[in-house]
Amino acid sequence: MDKLSSIGQLEWFRSRILFRKEKGIIEVHVCMTGCRAYGAAGVLEALNQEVKSQGLSKQVEIRSTGCHGFCAKAPVIAIEPMGIQYQEVEPDDAGDIVMKTLKENRMIDRLAYHAPKTFQPVFYRNQIPFYAKQERRVLANCGRIDPTNIEHYIAAGGYRALIKALSNMGPEQVIDEVQAAKLRGRGGAGFPTGLKWKFASQSEGRPKYVVCNADEGDPGAFMDRAILEGDPHAVVEGMLLGAYAMGSEYGFIYVREEYPIAIDHLNIAIAQAEELGLLGENILGTGFNFNLSLRLGAGAFVCGEETALMASIEGRRGMPRARPPFPAQAGIDGKPTNINNVETWANVPLIVNNGAGWYGEVGTENSKGTKIFSLAGKVNNTGLVEVPIGTTVKDVIFNIGGGIPKGRQFKAVQMGGPAGGCVPAQFLNLSIDYDTVQSIGAIMGSGGMVVLDENNCMVEIARFFLSFTQSESCGKCAPCRLGTTQLLEILTRITRGEGRMEDIDTIRELGQTLTEASLCGLGQACPKPALSTLRYFINEYEDHIKEHRCAGAVCDSMVISACQHACPAGIDVPNYVAAIADGEYEKSVEIIRERNPFPAVCGRICIHPCEYKCRRGELDQAVAIRALKRMASDWYFKNIGPQRNPFPVNKKEKIAIVGAGPAGLTCAYFLVKMGYKTTVYEAQSVAGGMLGIAVPEFRLPRPVIEEEIQYIKIVVLKSCTTHRLMPNTHSTTYSTRDTVPFLLPPVPRPASTSVYPAKTKTSQEFTTALIF
Amino acid sequence: MHPPEIELNELDGIIERHKNGKWELIPLLQDVQATYGYIPPESITPIAEALNLYPSQVQGVVTFYSGFSLKPKGKYVCRVCRGTACHVKGSRSILRLMKRELELEEGETSPDYRFTLETVACLGACFLAPTMMINRDYFGKLSPTKLSSVLGEYRQKGNNKNG
Repeated sequence: MDKLSSIGQLEWFRSRILFRKEKGIIEVHVCMTGCRAYGAAGVLEALNQEVKSQGLSKQVEIRSTGCHGFCAKAPVIAIEPMGIQYQEVEPDDAGDIVMKTLKENRMIDRLAYHAPKTFQPVFYRNQIPFYAKQERRVLANCGRIDPTNIEHYIAAGGYRALIKALSNMGPEQVIDEVQAAKLRGRGGAGFPTGLKWKFASQSEGRPKYVVCNADEGDPGAFMDRAILEGDPHAVVEGMLLGAYAMGSEYGFIYVREEYPIAIDHLNIAIAQAEELGLLGENILGTGFNFNLSLRLGAGAFVCGEETALMASIEGRRGMPRARPPFPAQAGIDGKPTNINNVETWANVPLIVNNGAGWYGEVGTENSKGTKIFSLAGKVNNTGLVEVPIGTTVKDVIFNIGGGIPKGRQFKAVQMGGPAGGCVPAQFLNLSIDYDTVQSIGAIMGSGGMVVLDENNCMVEIARFFLSFTQSESCGKCAPCRLGTTQLLEILTRITRGEGRMEDIDTIRELGQTLTEASLCGLGQACPKPALSTLRYFINEYEDHIKEHRCAGAVCDSMVISACQHACPAGIDVPNYVAAIADGEYEKSVEIIRERNPFPAVCGRICIHPCEYKCRRGELDQAVAIRALKRMASDWYFKNIGPQRNPFPVNKKEKIAIVGAGPAGLTCAYFLVKMGYKTTVYEAQSVAGGMLGIAVPEFRLPRPVIEEEIQYIKIVVLKSCTTHRLMPNTHSTTYSTRDTVPFLLPPVPRPASTSVYPAKTKTSQEFTTALIF
Repeated sequence: MHPPEIELNELDGIIERHKNGKWELIPLLQDVQATYGYIPPESITPIAEALNLYPSQVQGVVTFYSGFSLKPKGKYVCRVCRGTACHVKGSRSILRLMKRELELEEGETSPDYRFTLETVACLGACFLAPTMMINRDYFGKLSPTKLSSVLGEYRQKGNNKNG
């Protein structure tokens, strides 16, 4: 390929590509970046072979592209120009796709997206709710063009912004345009990009450097990676525009070595742009020179900080230094340097090409444009989402993200990674923009959104982030080096159940010190995850410290097993499941009865919090604990029956229980087991209470209840009798001197009960089964 | 068992390629690591001499970045992602399982230099959480069954190549 020596030649080159492009060709876009981890390479090969063997090579182009965004359903393919999207495609599906869809224009049900409630197939991308609410501007090319082919980018209108700037705009005008667009740094800090450029352009000194910060280190963020892999030329063009505006000759892209595909694609993109004369000396004959090269990170999170990044480019240890001087005055090699994030650079061509007016059509007053978020964690539709700034958290997580999997409760969303905080459920209607999110103690950050559900422990999340920042702290300044270590120690102590109440204040004070005294952003922001969880989830901290309870059943030292921890009755789930696994059903029922005398009932109608918390459920499916319990107890009643020796009574106190519902019977069961003589009073003619009255037969067959009650009656036979108790009787039958009454009034109407004896109206003597 | 023998004479070629450039220390070290799988400690002095640095400066850079290792690694480097998304989706259990399967702790290499177990802050593949990377290949949505089948494949591969 010859170098293009003028602006006109680039336009001619574009027309030639478009002219040569054959009309009526069907394009199949296979994501070969993110989806590669899920076997997209096999799909691509199979499609290629099928197209060849079915003789469609001339009509169909199989194209490897960047990310389509809907990573939850990887591997994803799109068929254009029809706009069809298929998901979870396997190599074996290639035959059907080519035969049915490409040849006969028929849709394939099993590969389509299915609407969550109606299970209706949705074939067209723009009808899938995940895409319908998005505004894909920066990601427009991602998933459509082959990122390793510069012709695709040019055909899609690429480098048009460069032409416009070089031919019609002076450097100042480019800066003015970016400033008017109110573009703010997408790396997290949100500094106005135009202003930053102005400082760098006004700075004396040669050469000037522009740098693209692609050291995307925030755990939970992957949008930069998608841009670099799917549309690397957008970043190159953005940097060209920035270099032109600021008068810079050299550029660096500092990219993490953990992103091999991004590195490959960037290398290809730079080589192709050089070959065409879009990088190098005298670009397009305008006298503008710009050389761009790659620098690979070597696994240090702190190198995302700009001064550390520059030190790393210079081949030194990546340690930050104090600012000022800012990079715009003295950066790499002491020369003026401008550093922007990948996404910021990718926004620039859009602004220059379409103007600040168009750009500002979406967004809020102070933050214009769109922002890409990487949605991950406990959310159905994980993937890349581009929405106008100012969209609400709810829209992103529930309307686009499709809500929380496995019917669990949303707890919070962690935004901004280790430098950010969490947005709890009460802020679901919060608009996501730089200032609003900051006002509640989190940050919009680089765009990582990790959704947390009820099974996550907020203290443990704070500890997790601190352990990350502690190990990534470069150690240069004392507040960060020592402060992170201390904070981590305290948080670890709390998660071990060894915390003290004064720890909470210590965390706050230490956090304050770190924020004020640390040298760079890493230290200043690292207490945020702890402070923000303290702000919204203080009760979890207190539970850990005082009660040694972990709501998410995560913290190992206070949770023997998540299922047992979650069980309101505290049944030893692991042991009875193990007994069932060994075929010892009787033993397993005995284990359940240690804590709950209704194994068969609970095997049917328990809401099984144990399964929601089951650790195995994090990886694939929870163990079906309730069904196992039902099976074991059914076996028990069938093979052994309700026979058993009654418990001996060896205590002299007598106890009266009013109400033979599940609570009253459980109460009687355990009191008799302890050796008390117990009498149960019930207004209805049968025992069982709500079990028999409120739960419909199909959920809980009557014989099952009867068997369970039969068992309880037998074991407590000698000591326990049930007496009919009429409503509104002010009975003295059970209030003799040696009788302790337990009153378990009817569940739906506790207030209307009038069986309380006059002298027992203090709260200690009342036990209400359920409080509404 | 000893780590695989290395030919240090390739080092001269690598140094030659980077000697004259500006700020070439990190790219040079990355090349050395790509060639040998680690930075042989005996290479530090020649590198320092060629780039006109003190050996302590080179050593300082090598130990600062977690990407560089002074110890040889196994043929298959398994890096379990411990990023936020993976963490909330159970990567702790995955790491525990890996430790058990490979009988290695974090940062250790098996005595036959076949496997190295490491953790990484984030692989940027959060949509596939929990994930891990073996050399340059990603494995996502890991479950105990998937993990053992992936490891089985690599064990098999190692066996075949070793005859």
